[in-house]
Amino acid sequence: MTLSDPKVYLSLLVFLPAVAALVLAVLPRLADESYKLISLAVTIFVFILTLGFFRSGAPIDFEAGVAEMQNLFNVDWIPSFGIQYFMAMDGISFPLVVLTAFLSVLAMGASWPITKHVKGYCILFLLLETGMLGVFMALDFFLFYVFWEVMLLPMYFLIGVWGGPRREYAAIKFFLYTLVGSVLMLIAILMLYFNSDLTRLDAQQLADAGIVSVEKGGDAAQSFEKWKESDLPLAQRYAEITKEADLTQRKQLHTFNILALQQMGQHTDLFDGEALWGKSTQWWAFLLLFIGFVIKVPSVPLHTWLPDAHVEAPTPISMILAGILLKMGGYGLIRICYPICPNAGYQMAYFVCFVGVLSMVYGAFAALAQKDFKRMVAYSSVSHMGYVVLGLGVWSAVADTGYNPDYWKMGANGAMFQMIAHGISSAGMFFMVGVIYDRVHHRDLDKFGGLFAKMPLYSGLAVGIFFAGLGLPGLCGFIGEVFVVLSVWKYSYALAIISAAVVILTAGYILWAIQRVYLGAEYKGPHGEAITPITMRELSIAVPLLVLAIVFGVYPTALLNYMQPSVDMQIDRLAVWTEEHDNRATASNPLGSQDGQVADAWQR
Amino acid sequence: MQPVTLQNVVDSLVDNTLDMSLPFFRPELALCATIVILLFVRIFKGGEYIPSFFIAILGSITALILAFPAEGFESWATMPRQELFTGMLVYDTLTAFIRIFLLSFVVLFIILSRLTGIADAKDGQDYYALVLGATLGMCIMSSANHMMMLFMGVEMASVPSYVLAGIVKGRQRSSEAALKYVIYGAGTAGVMLYGISLLTGVLGSAHLPTMAASLADLDIPNLLTTAEGRLTVMVLVLGGLMLGVGLAFKLSAVPFHFWCPDVFEGASAEVDAFLSVASKAAALVLLLRVGAGLGLTTAELPVADSADPPRVIAVAANETTAPTQNAVLVKQVADSQDATHVGGGPLSPVRRFFVILVSLIAIVSCTFGNLAAYGQTNIKRMLAYSTIAHAGFMMMAVAAAIALAGRDVVDARTAVSALLLYITLYLFMNLSAFAIVAFLRNEMHSEDIADYAGLIRTSPLTAVMMTAVLVSLIGLPPLAGFWPKLRVLQALYMAGGPLMTFVLVAAALNTAIALVYYLRVAKTMCIDPEPDTRGAVSLGFLPAAFVFVVSVPVLIFGILPGPLANWTDLAVSQLFS
Repeated sequence: MTLSDPKVYLSLLVFLPAVAALVLAVLPRLADESYKLISLAVTIFVFILTLGFFRSGAPIDFEAGVAEMQNLFNVDWIPSFGIQYFMAMDGISFPLVVLTAFLSVLAMGASWPITKHVKGYCILFLLLETGMLGVFMALDFFLFYVFWEVMLLPMYFLIGVWGGPRREYAAIKFFLYTLVGSVLMLIAILMLYFNSDLTRLDAQQLADAGIVSVEKGGDAAQSFEKWKESDLPLAQRYAEITKEADLTQRKQLHTFNILALQQMGQHTDLFDGEALWGKSTQWWAFLLLFIGFVIKVPSVPLHTWLPDAHVEAPTPISMILAGILLKMGGYGLIRICYPICPNAGYQMAYFVCFVGVLSMVYGAFAALAQKDFKRMVAYSSVSHMGYVVLGLGVWSAVADTGYNPDYWKMGANGAMFQMIAHGISSAGMFFMVGVIYDRVHHRDLDKFGGLFAKMPLYSGLAVGIFFAGLGLPGLCGFIGEVFVVLSVWKYSYALAIISAAVVILTAGYILWAIQRVYLGAEYKGPHGEAITPITMRELSIAVPLLVLAIVFGVYPTALLNYMQPSVDMQIDRLAVWTEEHDNRATASNPLGSQDGQVADAWQR
Repeated sequence: MQPVTLQNVVDSLVDNTLDMSLPFFRPELALCATIVILLFVRIFKGGEYIPSFFIAILGSITALILAFPAEGFESWATMPRQELFTGMLVYDTLTAFIRIFLLSFVVLFIILSRLTGIADAKDGQDYYALVLGATLGMCIMSSANHMMMLFMGVEMASVPSYVLAGIVKGRQRSSEAALKYVIYGAGTAGVMLYGISLLTGVLGSAHLPTMAASLADLDIPNLLTTAEGRLTVMVLVLGGLMLGVGLAFKLSAVPFHFWCPDVFEGASAEVDAFLSVASKAAALVLLLRVGAGLGLTTAELPVADSADPPRVIAVAANETTAPTQNAVLVKQVADSQDATHVGGGPLSPVRRFFVILVSLIAIVSCTFGNLAAYGQTNIKRMLAYSTIAHAGFMMMAVAAAIALAGRDVVDARTAVSALLLYITLYLFMNLSAFAIVAFLRNEMHSEDIADYAGLIRTSPLTAVMMTAVLVSLIGLPPLAGFWPKLRVLQALYMAGGPLMTFVLVAAALNTAIALVYYLRVAKTMCIDPEPDTRGAVSLGFLPAAFVFVVSVPVLIFGILPGPLANWTDLAVSQLFS
């Protein structure tokens, strides 16, 4: 039970906010300020804990340049249901965990203007943080689902109690959309669970899935033998089931382990059985999961909860929503959808890309049309998250390219980079809108103007952050967008041209907004007298965001060092899978791969 | 062998009753004794000074202690199925489990009644006697092995409930509720009795296993080929449907649910808790008993640990029993077997009939209950519809269990375990919900949802607990209500086939439908502004402590459902064998 044990460290990281929330709940009445200070201290402490991973060589750290899962641990949670308390981080989740902890600190700092029921606000905020951190670290599908759902209720109340005039409508809409998505996800989880079978994996695959623990440099086969002899409940079940020599009579050893499900999806035919209406299990699972995640992303046409939720939510909650909650959809796609159901992803690749491009275009046009400042930023999120879906979906490792995974890697890395960059820039944009809203109490784009003269420092920072959102070279938004757009070129010319054109629309609505809000001769809207210069507290939230936007724009390697190995490894595996799949299809059908043909036909 | 004389028959009957049956019947006997004491204690001098609450609580705790297995719960793993009173009742792990469940509930319920003051000094003994009498009926319901006991149990549980619904004297709504309940109950009981007489008439027995054996001998696929046979089958179907009417009434399943919202609105919240938890649990177990009793014979059960795969046995049994001259019909039967996945054997048509009927009623109840709850303004009425929806959800587990029982005993047990888990957690959820409603009624004399506005300001613990319970009723993790839903969905998935897949999807989507109306109550309490007219609402220490004790398990079992799940797994370990 030392802090260098991943079990302790990661649990502390995830559950510290929840424990703090519990303590706040039973604490006797304090001044409102103290609740905020305690919560801020907790979020800062959690952020420091995540920073602890950067100390390379320390007992617990996160090494850059390593593709595999790190700090992995695995404990039985509910053995009778086969659910484990299984967490780890790799290059895909680690940046998101740090981003979550970081934005939580800033959002808590941005919560100072909140004066209504502060105690309840702080408790719900801290519970929300536990849910968010848990989603990115959980590797048991069920644990993932539980964390995913844990966030819903705090979010509902945070929007519903502290939101704007239409807060109740927005809150229930958010809840309902997400719940429908997660119910579909639950069905998919059950489908995958009941078709999974751990006994079909070999020693190396079990080791990769974190079931058999192998010491550094150890041999997987040896550890596997040792594991089979051990008295772990799972190992005993394994031995009991594999005792049956006749393969047709053997029972299945089901699992919720996401890594094991990935191995099964890529190396076995367990999920290929027909489920319904001639479609395979994984086709349905992919579709259900995709809908569930895309609601969260959100992509057109399932995005309609987002503008309402964002507009009605208080500023810090908008920052969390845009900065972190939307990323969970993208994270789900890359962690769960594609690796577990590669065949379905392959068949639906074009559909996924189309959804991504549609969101980009639709979101950008909708943003152009908005009169409400916050609504415009909300639609820009729809547009920007479209890049993420597109980048993850460009399955360009096909026969035509000689199964070259490089472009797809570029797309996936771009998508992941875009998630972080958007987390920074959109949180910043929402905060900047909040700063001016706190002063003039309106968000009508047409009634702004001339803020540069009255609040020069604020306007300068805001313009910088908006440029980061626009994707100006040298700022973080640029890297992700350019990676994604370039990668699409090898996949489909039409989509590439459209997605490149979206950059112009983005520039259009952001520049136009800057012009209407910050430029112009003088502010003529309501409450002009209330416009005061930006405060120190606001500065200390805006400046770190802008600094990060610049750092990642100028030196993206800082992030890619951590992220790229894991993303590349996953794409490499999927590219290998594609080649094997096509070969198998060709072998069984000399006229050519059916799935491949379908995919090709879609492309042209 | 002894000659069959009257003396011998009486002797063996006495031996059977005294040595074998009665020891297993001790908790029920304790209940009977308590009822007698409650009713007669006032005859004696000084008896009126003994509070009836103490007698009731002592009696129910004694019964509960007697219901616990003497050798610990582990003994359930090897406990055989036994028939008591020459086959009238069955004693197995399911009986033992549900008896502990019902008696634990009654103990909590009696404390609740005392705290809310519904059972006052004057008519406390009537109230407690009725509650214990209904519980006795429910115990018999859930261990019935004979149509007679089934009917007796249902009536013994129902008649005291009618009175309980109208126990608050001088309130018109309450009397109306009781009258509605009586008329509905009497009508459905009559229909059920007719159905039972049809079934026993055709099958020649009212003993469930014997009925199942005669059903198997009838060879239904063969019967369907002749006109006369079809007539017999029609009588059987009619009998089954009529029996179903009685059960559906107890379950408040659509279309026999009309009494439920009216009775729940008219009766007091405490009685609602009793009707929605204990009565539903007993009815669900009875439904399972009927399904398993008529749909399975020991001969055709697939052997769990056998090396042969279950499906091979099923197919072989099917081939031997199916008449070869009706190839088309056999094929039809086989096809529909694929559709519902109920396994083979001579009783597969019975199971198929049962599974289709129960799952369709379950879907309709679940969806209807959830949709109808939307428009309610009275919290008890809303919770009545919520009860209908939850009963529908639980019936899905019964359907899945019977569908699986013909194929894989282990999976079928999992389905029953899901049902028991659901029932157990439903106790905590609904008891605390109705307890809060009852305590709030005492404080602010209103049961309208709108009057709960802003409760979190003056009574934060109550509002938070109620919110947790409501969210748990929706079935969101990490609250306890999620796990039984998950287990039921898993059972439905295991059952497979188009019908069960449809049920699965409907069940899952119902979770999303249910969200809005539960959340509306939470929203009213936590978000809406407090009305100026209402003073401070506070429950007092003991009521708050009671609410806390019954709703904290919703949080604890939400995070650690393992021990409870192990217990329900143990309770089904000998089922279907």
